[in-house]
Amino acid sequence: MSAIQSPPQRVWWKQPLDRVEGTWIVIAFVWCMVMFFMMPYWHVYGKQNLSNEAYRSTPEAFLAKAQAMVDKHTVRTVTEQNIPVVHPVPGADVYLVARLWQWWPVLELEEGQTYRLHIMSTDWLHGFSLQPENINIQVHPGYEHVVTMTPTKEGTYSIICNEYCGINHHTMASKLYVVKPKKQ
Amino acid sequence: MAVNRNFRTCPSTGLVYHEPAEALIRWNAVAGVVSLLVGGVLALLVTLTRWPAVRLLPPDWFYLVLTAHGLDMLVFWIIFFEIAVLYFAASTLLKCRLATPKVAWVAFWLMIVGAITNNVAVFKGDSSVMFTSYVPMGAHPLFYLGLILFAVGALVACFVFFGTLVVGKSEKTYNGSIPLVTFGAVTAAIIAVFTIAAGAIILIPTFMWSVGLVSHIDSLMYRTVWWAFGHSSQQINVAAHVSVWYAIAAIVFGAKPMSEKVSRTAFVLYILFLQLASAHHLLADPGLTSNWKIFNTSYAMYLAVLASMVHGLTVPGAIEVAQREKGFNKGLFEWLRKAPWGNPSFSGMFMSLVGFGFLGGISGVMMGTEQLNLIIHNTIYVPGHFHATVVVGTTLAFMALTYFLIPTLFRRELMFPAMAKWQTYVYGLGMMGFSVFMMGAGTLGVPRRHWDMAFSGAVLPHEFPGTAYLMMGLMAVSGILATVGGAMFLINTVGSVFLGKKIQTPGFARVSVKDGMAPAPTPEFAAPAVPAVHGSIGIGGFVAPGTFVLAMVFLTSFILYYFVNWKYLSTVWPLK
Ligand SMILES: [Cu+2]
Repeated sequence: MSAIQSPPQRVWWKQPLDRVEGTWIVIAFVWCMVMFFMMPYWHVYGKQNLSNEAYRSTPEAFLAKAQAMVDKHTVRTVTEQNIPVVHPVPGADVYLVARLWQWWPVLELEEGQTYRLHIMSTDWLHGFSLQPENINIQVHPGYEHVVTMTPTKEGTYSIICNEYCGINHHTMASKLYVVKPKKQ
Repeated sequence: MAVNRNFRTCPSTGLVYHEPAEALIRWNAVAGVVSLLVGGVLALLVTLTRWPAVRLLPPDWFYLVLTAHGLDMLVFWIIFFEIAVLYFAASTLLKCRLATPKVAWVAFWLMIVGAITNNVAVFKGDSSVMFTSYVPMGAHPLFYLGLILFAVGALVACFVFFGTLVVGKSEKTYNGSIPLVTFGAVTAAIIAVFTIAAGAIILIPTFMWSVGLVSHIDSLMYRTVWWAFGHSSQQINVAAHVSVWYAIAAIVFGAKPMSEKVSRTAFVLYILFLQLASAHHLLADPGLTSNWKIFNTSYAMYLAVLASMVHGLTVPGAIEVAQREKGFNKGLFEWLRKAPWGNPSFSGMFMSLVGFGFLGGISGVMMGTEQLNLIIHNTIYVPGHFHATVVVGTTLAFMALTYFLIPTLFRRELMFPAMAKWQTYVYGLGMMGFSVFMMGAGTLGVPRRHWDMAFSGAVLPHEFPGTAYLMMGLMAVSGILATVGGAMFLINTVGSVFLGKKIQTPGFARVSVKDGMAPAPTPEFAAPAVPAVHGSIGIGGFVAPGTFVLAMVFLTSFILYYFVNWKYLSTVWPLK
């Protein structure tokens, strides 16, 4: 009696397993448990875990904090739009605004230092995508997400938007500079 | 009350069709295929635009076409076809009349009106919000209204399906338990009911928001509830296409499940665990804790994964047992070598199974791991994964079933049988390449839903490495191959259904029972006193050793790929 006909035994849950099925179920279950334990394991021993720190905020409040940082730590500007490049002190709170269609301001961080990066959108959903590291985080309006981040290698990185946010989505890209720490 | 019950027995397959059900199965299948045609043309436009060397459409058209492509394929093609499968699994396999055909027609027309309304809204140009339609980006109210109407229609159709099960049970049209394929269809329908409930919870307020009755919808709340709907809707497909695998194994090989208990329990696992597993879409979102993410993805998702791993063994295992019992009992793989590779129902089904498992399954688990998700979230890896599950898995399985349905349901011969032989390979391999190259590009960071990876017009553009462009080019070439395969399918099925040679069988009789009850069918077999055991087939106590070896190859690839990704993750910047 095939799969398109009623089973021969009325009570299907008493039908025995073949050895091949039993063996496979045990193996598959063990593997599922390994995958299960990998996540808590990485929280303890791994270094790459997305932060759980987030606060509700408003566009006005978030922009005010970003503006204060820009006023204090801008070191130069880039492009014809004169986008400020901000070099905050290591360990500081750093603000990155996502809005149609730019990341503001441009950040310059020091290699090996740790920063508290606050990311929020002031309008629609955006996607923070750091290239070529390929770290990808969803950015919501109204949720200020604090990610503690340690750049490991100097260089010029890109931040691109990878959540569809309208017609000029493909222009929503910016830079992130990682420089060697200043000699004391 | 007199019940009009016209049955016909298909002379070539022995299947019994209730005529009102038959008409509904046909029309739902046809509506599905029309959606596939529209979605397929759009697919070609999307592919040609994402091919950096071609970039066919301007951005506004690209996002419009991408939105319509997603909805026509993931929602309209698949769900229309699934409703056809539900009616088939209930009325034909249980040999009973369809409950309330009139209501089923109301459901059908609601779905048609919904699908057209939604497409009109998208093509008007003010609803390019993608399949996910994340707020606060808004669409025209008709966009949401179309989806709601379609969902209500699908819900009504599910209840007609459940009603048909009740009819079969009370009129005793089958013996004992329902067949495994029907059981799988029940799983799909149960999942569909709470999927649609979740859809209503999110789409109705969003519709009210779009007309100005609700002032604010929280984006995180939207994503959380939307995925309870969006993820589960894909789990309906998994339950449906796994049922189709079992059905084709039964039709082509006369295969029976190795153990009804194992296969059915695996379906039950889908019902129990998939809803919570939709949390894995929110792994990169702020405002949700790791505990919540791990709890919902780990136990729930891994038990659903376990279910798929079980089906991945039991379907080919059932085929192997059937083949070995037919005498193809030599060595590990004689059963597979001697399989009917020229039969598109089989080749399509087998490629669907292998592609779904290796490409869709493994990449899905990788994506659904809390930390690993960081390195692929919203990259083109994600559509790479779901083209493997939904297109190689579901669409190819449905295509394979269609080749069986044309002679039995539409009573037409295939117009181009030689083309059918090749079609599943062209389409299957094209889609597998398409998925793999997308995943490759995603691993290099190429974003999804993005008009131009060269960032034309951006003040501070990013330059992707040459390999990423190569991947996208290969993706497009594979996509074109898959489109050719899709066109071969459409030409053949549409041609056969309308112009194919009618199958005339001498002695074909229509069984009409105009009034009262149909006589209960006589048992086709006597229940054996002891459970059947598989005689002397197999190797070393394993009835399906070849399948077991394939399963171990699968597991090895899975483990390797999983840990390679952890290795990759460990090289990115420390985060906490
Ligand atoms: Cu954006």
